[in-house]
Amino acid sequence: MSYEEFIGKEYPSFSAEIEKGRLRQFAKAVGESNPVYTDEAAARAAGYASLPAPPTFPFAIAMDAGQSFNILADMGIEMSKAVHGAQGFTYKRAICAGDEITGVQKITNIFEKKGGALLFIEAEIAMVNQDGVGVCDLQTTVIVRNG
Amino acid sequence: MPNFDDFNVGDAIPEMQKPPITRTQLALFAGASGDHNPIHLDDDEARKGGLPGVIAHGMLNMAYLGQLLSGFVPQEKIRTFNARFVAMAAPGDTITCRGEVAAKRQEGGENLLDLQIVAVNQKDETVLDGAASIALD
Repeated sequence: MSYEEFIGKEYPSFSAEIEKGRLRQFAKAVGESNPVYTDEAAARAAGYASLPAPPTFPFAIAMDAGQSFNILADMGIEMSKAVHGAQGFTYKRAICAGDEITGVQKITNIFEKKGGALLFIEAEIAMVNQDGVGVCDLQTTVIVRNG
Repeated sequence: MPNFDDFNVGDAIPEMQKPPITRTQLALFAGASGDHNPIHLDDDEARKGGLPGVIAHGMLNMAYLGQLLSGFVPQEKIRTFNARFVAMAAPGDTITCRGEVAAKRQEGGENLLDLQIVAVNQKDETVLDGAASIALD
């Protein structure tokens, strides 16, 4: 099956408010000891408006909004055949607690490897804050086992 | 704060070792990361997918690599950060993150260090390999 028609497809935008409690929960789950990520005063002293979202947290924002999974559903691919192959982030400005983040996901490339045994789906999400300022771009590669 | 001139290509940045991954932690990370896939939480579900038992979220290991970077420089100095998921990790595994300078360059009026970064398990097998660019004064 050819999925070429999906290349360039853009999905409806999603939004999320960044919550302090969630950031603290994330910090706990990864064993973060730097108080900048849990203590408001330490975050402000470091120049942030509030607790900053750690480097990989933008992916959690995308997960909450069902991104990547919505592409698989749209393409009619079973989730159990897909794995997260690679992840990238380009940072433009800090995301902090209290920010309202809006993202738009787009499929940037789809190609096969190993004679069609593996299908690679590459998608990019551009995230902006409540002021319309770009904060982070995410590049996600999903690998699907064919057959 | 590290200085651009103090680093040469091939220099290592301080490594970071995490305590062994626990199931409790995977439950916490499921909630915190928004990834509720049961293969990280429920052995029965993991076995249905052909796994020996629950596996760690790949993004947990990537969060560790993020800590390697944010432990080296304040997070706002990170320009790009990417990783490839090479192998799985499971409860009991101990992840160590390392990085070294792959290149030094100037771009957009900034001094950038390109880092080659890796997360390995207790057998020194690569779990994630990646790269990051950070801006230094």
